Amino acid sequence: MSEHTDGGDGTPVNPSVPTTARAAPESPVPESPVTATGATPAAARKGGGISAHALLNAVLEGNSAVVTFLAIVSAIVIGGLLIAFTSPVVLHAWSKVFSHPATAFSQAWTIAASAYSAMFEGSILNPHTVSAAFHGGSTAAIFNPLSETAVNATPLILSGLSVALAFRAGLFNIGATGQFIGGTMVAGWIGFAVHLPVVIHVVVAVIGGFAGGALVGWFVGDMKARTGAHEVIVTIMLNYVMEFLLLYLLGLTVFRQPGRTDPISPSVAANATLPHLAGSNLRINAGFLVALAAAGAVWWLLNRTTVGFELRTVGANPSAARSAGMSPERTWVVVMMIAGGLAGLAGASVVLGTDFQLTPQIYGTYGIDAITVALLGRASPGGVVLAALLYGSLHAGGIQMQAQTQIPVDIVTVIQALIVLFVAAPPLVREIFHLRRRGAGEGGQLLAQGWGS
Amino acid sequence: MRGITKRFGSLVANDSIDLTVEQGEIHALLGENGAGKSTLMNVLYGLLQPDEGQILLDGKPAVFHNPGDALAAGIGMVHQHFMLVPVFTVAENVMLGVERTKFLGLLDRRRARKEVLELSNRFGFALDPDALVEDIPVGIQQRVEIVKALHREASVLILDEPTAVLTPGETEDLFRIMRELKASGTSIIFISHKLKEVQEIADRITVIRRGAVVGSPPVTATDEELATLMVGRAVELKVHKDPARLAEVILEVDGLRVEDATGRAAVDGISFEVRGGEIVGIAGVQGNGQTELCEVLLGLQPVKAGTIRVAGRDLTGARTRTVLESGVSYIPEDRQEDGIVERFSVAENLVLDVYNRPPYASGLSLHLGAIADGATKRMAEYDIRATSIGMPVGNLSGGNQQKVIVARELSRDVRLLVANQPTRGLDVGSIEFVHHQIVAARDGGAAVLICSTELDEIYALADRIIVMYEGRIAGIRPPTVSIGELGLLMAGAGTSDAPVEAQPA
Repeated sequence: MSEHTDGGDGTPVNPSVPTTARAAPESPVPESPVTATGATPAAARKGGGISAHALLNAVLEGNSAVVTFLAIVSAIVIGGLLIAFTSPVVLHAWSKVFSHPATAFSQAWTIAASAYSAMFEGSILNPHTVSAAFHGGSTAAIFNPLSETAVNATPLILSGLSVALAFRAGLFNIGATGQFIGGTMVAGWIGFAVHLPVVIHVVVAVIGGFAGGALVGWFVGDMKARTGAHEVIVTIMLNYVMEFLLLYLLGLTVFRQPGRTDPISPSVAANATLPHLAGSNLRINAGFLVALAAAGAVWWLLNRTTVGFELRTVGANPSAARSAGMSPERTWVVVMMIAGGLAGLAGASVVLGTDFQLTPQIYGTYGIDAITVALLGRASPGGVVLAALLYGSLHAGGIQMQAQTQIPVDIVTVIQALIVLFVAAPPLVREIFHLRRRGAGEGGQLLAQGWGS
Repeated sequence: MRGITKRFGSLVANDSIDLTVEQGEIHALLGENGAGKSTLMNVLYGLLQPDEGQILLDGKPAVFHNPGDALAAGIGMVHQHFMLVPVFTVAENVMLGVERTKFLGLLDRRRARKEVLELSNRFGFALDPDALVEDIPVGIQQRVEIVKALHREASVLILDEPTAVLTPGETEDLFRIMRELKASGTSIIFISHKLKEVQEIADRITVIRRGAVVGSPPVTATDEELATLMVGRAVELKVHKDPARLAEVILEVDGLRVEDATGRAAVDGISFEVRGGEIVGIAGVQGNGQTELCEVLLGLQPVKAGTIRVAGRDLTGARTRTVLESGVSYIPEDRQEDGIVERFSVAENLVLDVYNRPPYASGLSLHLGAIADGATKRMAEYDIRATSIGMPVGNLSGGNQQKVIVARELSRDVRLLVANQPTRGLDVGSIEFVHHQIVAARDGGAAVLICSTELDEIYALADRIIVMYEGRIAGIRPPTVSIGELGLLMAGAGTSDAPVEAQPA
């Protein structure tokens, strides 16, 4: 009988859980919308946001790496079906499925396969460039897809870290967009309006980007700490404020390119641009290194410092944090400053690394993508880097796919949305792949990571 | 239930357990935390599937794949942690899951309301079907859970540690309800580790230890017999302690006033002292200002008036961190809410309020090695049963969670220990352990202030008893005081203007 021990997925079932009265929360009762009322008054009294913590728990512990991987696979498969069955050629072939069934299937396969191979060529490696290089072509071209992936991933890593860090402190940072804009404004302004020597200029501009985002983040944290204003509301509203502030600034002479009437700033000085890492033909720049360093710094902060310990405690149980002498309010302010600063760095990486000018739409969808990147990366620095690289490659590949196959790049957005959908609904993925529900041991693994073991 | 076996990995949570419940009896399931009581009940309720054995209902084998099956078969369960929606009314909570609808899918609220009232009147529940669940006390919420089960026509009712969250008065009410239900033919499985309650209410007792049935003592068995059976060794129900050796005054509280959110005085002008080497027990019915008093001493509530001095240092209105760093240790009332972070490891929880002090940190940097070493030592010293120091504390039993808190708070230099309900919800073995540790802290020269609603605990530990009633001191008595006199003081009768000092300084 000893072989009947635990789940088929090899996840160890934690021995102690079921023996205690606390086994119930691990059981498959549909209890997520139902809060244990016994705990509610105490939590409400101490201002803890129950739903935010429930979501944080779900993000941190709800998905195993296997589920995340399968979510991505599912999204890509469904994306492929969508690509195939929105193509007129395929639809035409399927209208004759009974007379020529083979054609119908092969057409669908061909379209989807060509779309994905174009995406692969745009984001990882294009075989044509390799053969061209052997015949005297440019070697840089071989690495162009990877460079594009890194360039697209850079702001996503930084803004994803911003959201993830706030998550760990129990805060929803929906305001990466506003903080991103704060960063672009300061970094951009330092870039084109101030004249400093080489190296120093770009460093000052990057720090300025951090400061600009941190200022916006600080405001959110301070509002929450002082007045209890919910950060979700404040950050969403601040996004609008910052978007229109950017538009307003670009209307001023100081921020407008001389001789232009449209809202575009002057280009940043050459000294202030992030240096290329692999020659001027590839767009990959020092911003990518800044992003990786930031991920390392966030990991260190979370797992190796007293500030990180406070942050994680406040995120996991604010009233226990208070009883242990920590100040959740102070932590909120500090966390939002750092989170804002990270989103500001993302802004700096765009304005100093790829765009070189402030434009009204410079913030793109980075702030919103950041949330999905943080979710997909399970709010851990390493996970955020991987998730951002995946999204970066989807972006880079999507552009190539549109150029090669005329399939609209929007399909990438659909795939992204599907990934998030599957990640947000682990039971769905488990059902599709007949996975057994994980044991409690996994939360322990995540925590063990916290100890760097 | 016949030969139920449930394994989790290598651990056997239930080892071929037989349990028979007759109609209309209260069957107590007695055992320490982690003995396997809840696992057995979760099997019965369809939350877990047994590896071996079967469940027989009226002689016929029954298989429950989920709680829905169990409910349909007439088995209802009231969990320790209630499953209610706070923002719904009582009636809405009861109808949840079995909503009846009218024309166009409209909810038939009126009928649900009527049914709740009927059940409530029949068993004397005194429930207001229109009250919001978040507004009613825990004891009443529990009745809502019971009504929920009865509404689904449960003939077997499982109550999982129902008294853990109740005040003594509420417990009495619950027992009255249980007797009413029994009289109407409902069978009740009563899970508990409180000996007195089991003796009072049960018709039959089954004791479980380490997943196996170790005995079915008669209801006339004594405390000692039950405890010995439950723990597997002789247990000291009384705490042995030497007379207090009084040292200098450590805690001085003068004219202290704390107000709640509405401006009502929760602690109303209290003055007292605690000396080094003595345990002062604060007795009182729950909600008479004990929690606020403990929290204000720790700087967790604002001081409205009065002063707090610890070892001569004025700590009135000081931040919690300052208080902790002045040598105050704190065992909070709500273990899981205030004492530990369930998701954190044992090691992390052991440094929850000292993580920023040497040797665990210097400057910004945490010293993981020192934290791990400390944790390994504490686990051995305080007999914390966890598989590793990296195990999440949420996966430990309540007793072991409390040991983590006690280990953290007592393994540093303690001048003053403030403990609020330090043994609530713990099994006999763990209570014994915690009490020994508290007495050891006293003998080490610390001043100890204990709030407890359990008079047994007050009598066992206190060198001096302060009774609180409505935020004031109703009286200070020596531990030789009669239980009748304490009861009167706790009820607010006979408030003496000149409190008697138990041990003249």
